[in-house]
Amino acid sequence: MRQLVIATALILGLAQAALGFEIEDERRFGPETAPEFSVLSTTDTAIFAPIIQAFLADRPGIALRYVVASSQEVFRAIREEQAPFDLVISSAMDLQMKLANDGFAGPFTLEFATSVPEWAHWRDRLFGFALEPVVLLASRKAMAGLEMPRTRRDLIDLLRANPERFNGRIATYDPHVSGAGYLFATQDARQTDAFWRLAEVMGRLNARLYCCSGEMINDLEAGKIALAYNVVGSYAATRLPQAPDIEMIELEDFTVALLRTGFVPRNAKSAALGAELLNFMLSPEGQAVGGGVVPPLDQAALRPHLRPIRLDPGLLVYLDRIKRMNFLGEWDAAMTQP
Amino acid sequence: MKHDIAGVFGASLRRKMVLQLLVVAACLAVLLYFTIRSTADQAAEATQDAILGAATTSIAEQLRGTEDGVEIDLAYATFSMLGAIGQDRLFYRIDISGETVTGYDDLPLPDDPPTSLAASFYTRDYLDAELRIAAVARSMVVAGRSVPVLVLVGQTRMGQAVIADRLANRAALLGLGFFVLAVPLSLLSAGSVFNPINRLAEAVGRRGPRDLRPVRHPAPRELAPLIGALNGFVARLRGALAQTETFIAEAAHHIRTPLSTVRTQAEIALRQSESEETRTRLRAIIRAVEESARSASQLLDHAMVLYRSDQLEAEDVDLVELARHVARAFGPTAELKELSLHLQGDDAPLMTRGDRLLIESALRNLVDNAIKYSPPESEVVIALSQAAGMAVVEVRDQGRGLSGATMPQLAARFSRGGNVADVVGSGLGLTIVTEVAAALGGAFRLTPRDGGGTCASLSLPQR
Repeated sequence: MRQLVIATALILGLAQAALGFEIEDERRFGPETAPEFSVLSTTDTAIFAPIIQAFLADRPGIALRYVVASSQEVFRAIREEQAPFDLVISSAMDLQMKLANDGFAGPFTLEFATSVPEWAHWRDRLFGFALEPVVLLASRKAMAGLEMPRTRRDLIDLLRANPERFNGRIATYDPHVSGAGYLFATQDARQTDAFWRLAEVMGRLNARLYCCSGEMINDLEAGKIALAYNVVGSYAATRLPQAPDIEMIELEDFTVALLRTGFVPRNAKSAALGAELLNFMLSPEGQAVGGGVVPPLDQAALRPHLRPIRLDPGLLVYLDRIKRMNFLGEWDAAMTQP
Repeated sequence: MKHDIAGVFGASLRRKMVLQLLVVAACLAVLLYFTIRSTADQAAEATQDAILGAATTSIAEQLRGTEDGVEIDLAYATFSMLGAIGQDRLFYRIDISGETVTGYDDLPLPDDPPTSLAASFYTRDYLDAELRIAAVARSMVVAGRSVPVLVLVGQTRMGQAVIADRLANRAALLGLGFFVLAVPLSLLSAGSVFNPINRLAEAVGRRGPRDLRPVRHPAPRELAPLIGALNGFVARLRGALAQTETFIAEAAHHIRTPLSTVRTQAEIALRQSESEETRTRLRAIIRAVEESARSASQLLDHAMVLYRSDQLEAEDVDLVELARHVARAFGPTAELKELSLHLQGDDAPLMTRGDRLLIESALRNLVDNAIKYSPPESEVVIALSQAAGMAVVEVRDQGRGLSGATMPQLAARFSRGGNVADVVGSGLGLTIVTEVAAALGGAFRLTPRDGGGTCASLSLPQR
């Protein structure tokens, strides 16, 4: 008996060692005994569950292990540990692009030729399946008496005009910590010089930096902050019904839209199942299921202020270590004001 | 006969020619394919190299030396643009003083470091893919010292391969189309080359059996030797024939003259002879001489017919007048046998076109035959009529008939019926008539008459 316990402990220990990267959540869908395939994702289980359930509903003999990790950990798992997943989903487009560029993605046959626009895939390797606007969240209570900003210029003017109200009460991603935050900040900087003015204003008002969208929304709900800049829209959308105080604003000068992308790793064990799930997400059926929580691709054409981030090698530029160092240096300079 | 000739024929020239044309077309199509393909490949590579080189140079030019190092600012647009053509994989490396400061530090270096600011290009394998790499070298001043900088940008060429494949497919289609077009064209051209030969063969084949004129059919220059040889052969044949006929005519003439002398002398001797035995012998001699003279005369006629039908001298001939003339000539012979020889039909002229001498010779032979084979006190009729555009001369007798012999048998040279041993004859008469009919485009027919006798009918095209 004791030997068994030791053996089990050893096996568990080894299994833990095999997953050297840090995971945030792990959940198994489908029947106990069915053979499983595994998905590594940055998307919270709760948000992704409807898609998985719709997928498994038609495939009773299959189980799915859904592992959630941060985008940096997803990148590290695939690049450094060659972790054997069958589908890798991440909102960090730049990291996904780098993985695909460096040869970690296997070829994938798209079954729904109509559904993916040119800018939303790279070769036959990396496919965007959801387009997520990156939004500004505001607490109606905190904004009482003030007009909601519609552009970045409005936002800058608003902050400048009301320093006492917003001091220490503006939230945004910490680009040092969050891959998504870094991507949003760099894309903002690409789009407009106003970004650096905004950064300076936020720095002067002692902006609070977060690791994740969820926590920003939590604090916003709790009344600890008044504004959250660059929050992933779908996260906010799931929380809005329970938080009537929060208003979601898509800035009209431009709203960066993030592609949630997936690829089937080159070393996938059940590549066919990974591809099947990705195809399901790109199919009209899958897009309809995701429509509630994972915004579909086709909205870009309807909303002129959306600027989807294209899947192209340009994304590699901000991953350059010197470029990153320079960018974060400037960011820090903007944040810490005397 | 035709089968024997076909047996010795070798491979078809036409097939050979079509085959060769098709082989040439196929070679051209393949050549076309490879030419287009390599040109397209080169063009695509040159274009891609130009873009890659420009991007590399632009990155190198954006490097700035400062007091504490090098400022590197990779441009988003530059990278974005590099992916535009074929969504190729992209790798870069920036070395300063031989040390990699950013990018992929194991990206292969060029064999010879580039010396000028212009990019140099090379191809290497890297991370399971073939990379086209552009290298640009420059130097910068960092903290007062000059340091060398090397910028490498590498790109897979899958986009180029896709373009090249597409062009290659199109080139292959073009080549295939070219070849498909070449098939009917080569069939057509082989046809047009061999048509003159077929036409020539047809023209020669259409000729009558005695037509030995030289071939004057228009034909391509390449056929001139063949026609020349053919004409030479025809000329030799004609010469040989003419010689033979002339020889026969000469021989007949030389035989006939002494024969008539022999006959005259024999008749004189017959009249003067008292001995019945001698008279009987003399009569036999006369009979034999008569037979020989008739044969010689017919040989002469036959030679004349052959000769003249080779060189027809066409003129309008009135058959009624001609028949009357022949009847008058045979009048005494008929009277001798107490035969009634008369003409039947209208007095209106019955015109045909041909050689008068030939027609007369044919008529003479017919009437001669009729008189010869008729019993005494019977009737020989020369009937003239017209039917279906033909002028018809019929000579009817009440003689012994054909006794079952067929037309071709009787018309053959020196062949005679089986029931005529007692009558003098050479067997050439009907041959002559048949040949005349053929030479003038007419026909000759022998038919037995009801109640005994024969009807010999010669029809000639009416004028």
